[in-house]
Amino acid sequence: MLDIRDLHVKYGNIEALQGVSFHVNQGEMVALLGANGAGKSTTLMSIMRLPPPEGPVVTRGSITYNGVNLLSASPHDVVAVHGIGLVPEGRHIFGNLTVFENLKIATYARKDQEQIAKDYERVFTLFPRLADRKHQRGDTLSGGEQQMLAMGRAFMSGVNCILLDEPSMGLAPLLMQELFRVLSELNAAGTTILVVEQNARIALKHAHRAYVLEAGQIVMEGSAAELASNPEIRKAYLG
Amino acid sequence: MLQSFMQNFLNALQWGSFYALIALGYSLVYGVLLLINFAHGDIFMVGAYIAFFLATFLLGQYAFAFPFALPPLMVFGITVVLTMALTACVGVAIERVAYRPLRRKGASRLYVVITALMCGLILENGNLLFLGANRRSFPELLPGTVYSIGGMNVSNVKIVVIIATLLVFVLLETIVRKTKLGMAMRAISYDRMAVPLMGIPLDTVIVFTFVLGSSLAALAGVLFAIAYPVLEPYMGALVGWKAFIAAVIGGIGEIRGAFLGGFLLGFVEIFVAAYFPSTLRDLIAFSILLIFLSIKPTGIFGIARATKI
Repeated sequence: MLDIRDLHVKYGNIEALQGVSFHVNQGEMVALLGANGAGKSTTLMSIMRLPPPEGPVVTRGSITYNGVNLLSASPHDVVAVHGIGLVPEGRHIFGNLTVFENLKIATYARKDQEQIAKDYERVFTLFPRLADRKHQRGDTLSGGEQQMLAMGRAFMSGVNCILLDEPSMGLAPLLMQELFRVLSELNAAGTTILVVEQNARIALKHAHRAYVLEAGQIVMEGSAAELASNPEIRKAYLG
Repeated sequence: MLQSFMQNFLNALQWGSFYALIALGYSLVYGVLLLINFAHGDIFMVGAYIAFFLATFLLGQYAFAFPFALPPLMVFGITVVLTMALTACVGVAIERVAYRPLRRKGASRLYVVITALMCGLILENGNLLFLGANRRSFPELLPGTVYSIGGMNVSNVKIVVIIATLLVFVLLETIVRKTKLGMAMRAISYDRMAVPLMGIPLDTVIVFTFVLGSSLAALAGVLFAIAYPVLEPYMGALVGWKAFIAAVIGGIGEIRGAFLGGFLLGFVEIFVAAYFPSTLRDLIAFSILLIFLSIKPTGIFGIARATKI
């Protein structure tokens, strides 16, 4: 279980999170909703332990995963040792590497060759477009394909919990549906998922539970169905 | 006429090899850290000096020596390998004590570049302090043999230098294309933030880069000292500057660029010196390169980056 308690973080002098607490159970799919600047990406950066300038400085609170304190871990250990991966906002795929190299580089710390071979197959089954473009440079892919690659890459790093930052951003509605369908499929197969979204509608459709962040604080939480029918949410996020 | 052209061609290949080997270090470090490591020319000098002490020791010129004489080829081999290893340690040490603390504090790149300049000056003047200003002559490691091929004079040293450089090229390309560490090096140059998200420790990649760059500068140092056997503390300064220019001409951050830039600079210098008074060599050579850069500022292989949203 990923457990965040009373998390306070700063970017420079700006307090980006002011006492955020939430948890994601093993095998769950949880959505983190909120407007721009509410602190959603900041929360994910904090969990990944990314150093400044990208990540914030934690001033108070705790982040634990399966009971292990993550605050003292380095970002590569959060991935390789603790098993939490991030699909960052804007994808951040390596444009100068081929699609296959992008996937391969994610297996850097893994030793389980047999499982790696299976995982490649899995990624190419989930995203046949990536198989077609295997030897193309990453920067020749369309936005949607880049998002698939970013997700495939997180999967290839062998983590059992994936955090996603605005996966639907800039994608056509159909592609968005397809990506969330794949997310649900991964989740059903056992991967824990925490997804940050501005598109509350699609996130609430697929997630089990959700939290709403506003100005660095959690202001609402509940099951996805509950939140989807909440009049305030409907007004603010579902228009 | 053709003979003298071919002779110059060969000299240019050798001269360009030194530039190429040093330019690589600039280019690799720039690719990974976006840092112009101005201490790199002095790493070349450190390499030459380490080779000097190793070689004189192995040749039994100190009080403490092996009781038996080593065969010359073995002395050469051991000197090259040990010099590369020890110089790599110096490069990594500089990264550790000078650059890494700045990186941890998130200092702007300008400060790191200034730090690099200072490190270079410290290496030069530290050398001056401990070893004195007098020049040292490098022992003859490869007994000089000159072959005469079609009227051209080809020394064995020249052949070794050129072949070593070509081997380095093939080896480096393989490392960077095929190994995961090499992939990580390329990945960092494109998107540094995403690299740790792949479970890759940034510091490991950075240290590996400094090991590669420094050991290649050391290789250049040994070979240079064999070809031009006079060592002095400032020998790395000008050569370093020129190799840096070569790296930029080739397109900094690109391995092919460092090689091509190095050879290009070697050719321009040698051929200018062949047909003009040699005092004008640098003036003419760098004017040519200046014009080249003003036409293609990104260098031969450099490309302007585009990011997709």
